[in-house]
Amino acid sequence: MNLLGKLTWSAIPFDQPIIMGASGGMILGILAVVAWVTLKGYVPYLWNEWLTSVDHKRIGVMYIVLALLMLLRGFSDAIMMRAQQAVAAGGAQGYLPPEHFDQIFSAHGTIMIFFVAMPFIIGLMNFVVPLQLGIRDVAFPTLNSVSLWLTASGILLTNISLVVGEFAKTGWVAYPPLSELQFSPGVGVDYYLWSLQISGVGTLLTGINFVTTILKTRAPGMGYMRMPVFCWTALASNLMIVAVFPILTATFAMLLLDRYLGFHFFSVDAGGNAMMYVNLFWMWGHPEVYILVLPAFGVYSEVSATFSGKPLFGYRSMVAATMVICVLSMMVWLHHFFTMGASASVNAVFGVASMIIGVPTGVKIFNWLFTMYGGRVRFTVPVLWAIGFMVTFVLGGLTGVLLAVPPVDWQVHNSLFLVAHFHHVIIPGVVFGVFAGYMYWFPKAFGFTLDESWGRRAFWCWFIGFHVSFMPLYVVGLMGMTRRLQHYDVVSWQPWLIVAAAGVVIIFAGVICQIMQFAVSIRHREQLRDVTGDPWNGRTLEWSTASPPPAWNFAFLPRVAGRDAYWIQKTLARAKQVQPAPRRKYEPIEVPKNTPTGFVNAFFAVVTGFALIWHIWWMAALGAVGGFVTFLVFAFREEEEVEIPAETIARFDRAHPAEVAL
Amino acid sequence: MSLAVAVSDVNEDAFVPASEAGPAPKRIVVAFGFWVFLLSDIVMFSVLFAAYAVLVRATAGGPSGAQLFNQVSVAVQTACLLISSYTCGMMSLAVSARQRFNTYIFALVTFVLGAAFLYLEVHEFASMIARGAAPQRSAFLSAFFTVVGCHGLHVTAGLIWLAVMMAQVAFKGFRPSVDRRLLCFALFWHALDIIWVWLFTAVYLMGIRL
Repeated sequence: MNLLGKLTWSAIPFDQPIIMGASGGMILGILAVVAWVTLKGYVPYLWNEWLTSVDHKRIGVMYIVLALLMLLRGFSDAIMMRAQQAVAAGGAQGYLPPEHFDQIFSAHGTIMIFFVAMPFIIGLMNFVVPLQLGIRDVAFPTLNSVSLWLTASGILLTNISLVVGEFAKTGWVAYPPLSELQFSPGVGVDYYLWSLQISGVGTLLTGINFVTTILKTRAPGMGYMRMPVFCWTALASNLMIVAVFPILTATFAMLLLDRYLGFHFFSVDAGGNAMMYVNLFWMWGHPEVYILVLPAFGVYSEVSATFSGKPLFGYRSMVAATMVICVLSMMVWLHHFFTMGASASVNAVFGVASMIIGVPTGVKIFNWLFTMYGGRVRFTVPVLWAIGFMVTFVLGGLTGVLLAVPPVDWQVHNSLFLVAHFHHVIIPGVVFGVFAGYMYWFPKAFGFTLDESWGRRAFWCWFIGFHVSFMPLYVVGLMGMTRRLQHYDVVSWQPWLIVAAAGVVIIFAGVICQIMQFAVSIRHREQLRDVTGDPWNGRTLEWSTASPPPAWNFAFLPRVAGRDAYWIQKTLARAKQVQPAPRRKYEPIEVPKNTPTGFVNAFFAVVTGFALIWHIWWMAALGAVGGFVTFLVFAFREEEEVEIPAETIARFDRAHPAEVAL
Repeated sequence: MSLAVAVSDVNEDAFVPASEAGPAPKRIVVAFGFWVFLLSDIVMFSVLFAAYAVLVRATAGGPSGAQLFNQVSVAVQTACLLISSYTCGMMSLAVSARQRFNTYIFALVTFVLGAAFLYLEVHEFASMIARGAAPQRSAFLSAFFTVVGCHGLHVTAGLIWLAVMMAQVAFKGFRPSVDRRLLCFALFWHALDIIWVWLFTAVYLMGIRL
């Protein structure tokens, strides 16, 4: 009986300089941050104000911090892959051995989708949705904190795999039978599965929380047809989370049963059916694309309306298009594997359904264009990201329509053409969108705007670097290069891959510009300070409160009279020549009490996940009991809310006079 | 005359559509959120049902459902669970009437019936494994044990939840937060019944003919 299961010293790859260097750097970085925080005496502040916070704004900020950090990790993987393929032509083997290269492309995909795009989108929704709806928090604030920390647990487990053991070598989709124990006997797939199961529970809880928040707790007067479009897209996104994340959970549970208990869901023998996994995976996976991109579309809608100084063109058609995409996205999953061998009729149905999604998406593009048409467009950095998106995304969408044609798909299936296509929609669609949202809402979160010139430099580096990186991949894809090649014999591909690697260097310059932007903005925060709470002349309710907003968001719940609620009030106030705000009686506000439940529970989730990965059964049981006890303590606590006295609120309001009384 | 008065009395602002009425009361919000969770749980079960439907004939030369299922045991299990739903409803009535004793009694009956269901299920599983029909035998058996076992795990979680809730009633008394949790428990318990009705139909009744 081995107390540590499969875990031995040989799990740590001491002989791999790249891995040891990267993980050593990461551990040193974490230690340096911890030491700095402790020496400066920030620990109580960090614990009381952030780690145990159930405030949706702080949780949103923490999600985005996680996403930005993991973006660096995922991007490092991308740099390594492009560098490898730029050199490993002909007889050359490059600098990465196959088993390492395989882990890198698997980790890159997993991290970018689950731990960069998802936390970024969820972070923006957390920060913005309650403010836009004119309310004080989400429906279930403690649950929100639990979600955040479960996501962080998944992220931590994935990063532990860098040092202890290995990550999956199966690609980010982990198709069986390759991901079965028989062909992947190591712990890599187990790291993948448990990280995603744990963070997946967090995401599902977020979905439940936001569906309830948006449908049940809007401010008085905030009818459905008055909600900002970002809230509509958040609603669509969270409805899809609730509908499809359980599919992923169940599918991974079946694969785990196969791996741990010898079940036969997807195995090659005893009647298992590997294609069932592929179907189920994409029943989650295709809607997942829209879970990510719809809120980004919401950001573009807010940005284009605000900076054009006009209401969004075609609000109703925008809402309809969003909801149509929400439904259609669940009916196209088979286009990810037309080569499965389903009949021509099945493939035709899914091909046509895939092309139909282009219609509501086109509606959206035209709405954004018409919003800007005739407006006085201010070309701020968020607008640059939005315009860059429109130009690029339309082209990426067109290659998607090509891929939706089954005979074409058969030719380029699993080639770099496909890789180029999905980066061509996800990077402009999601990444540009979250960057626009980051610039747009940063002053709301921290009270000062981000530096424009470094923002412009970042945009142009990303925009040019993206095209230089991915256009060559279309070409080599059509030349027949399949994805995930550690080395290749066809030397005529090499020039294109060198160009692609050069593109990554340009994107890297963009990332440096973003880091510079952040540092420069903090240094110049007094010049960049926004005292009005409304730096962009905004239209929606989040701009009506102070920046950063107080814990209670609004001293009085706003009464919403129409679409673009804040814009209406500003216009009315100007028409009436701004009367002094009527003296109103402040009342104490109850806000949910901070709790370490989420953080402690996440600790036990990491312990349990790690123990299950390494078959340390006693530790897994201990972790599970710990998590259960954490919830018991929470369930039996006496105080659930704290009351903020009316005097505090009045004092805050006097210090931050509102532009317009709501 | 009277008509004119009536019309002028109508304040147009009074007609607020439901969607503009402002935040719902907490009880509504919590129950709604829990319904959304239950829907997601049902999605998860639907995947396991789909997997079962795909794999039901993949017996790999091993036993099929018709050779394995014990109709009598399943009928008793069904009776236990359906009656426990009734006693759970009685418990909810006792909670709203603030009758502590009746709450405990009906919770106890619900617990015992749920535990009896679980005992029978575990017994059924054990006898199948003893006859060589373990989940490792074939894809069909993997799917069967997973979909039925997942429901069993839910019942187990429900029993633990019920025990915790009785402790909450004992130590915290009836208060809004405890009431809301009891409401969610009742929703959960009835949802498990619905899933069992599907299991009974799709696995056990249709399984006899395969």
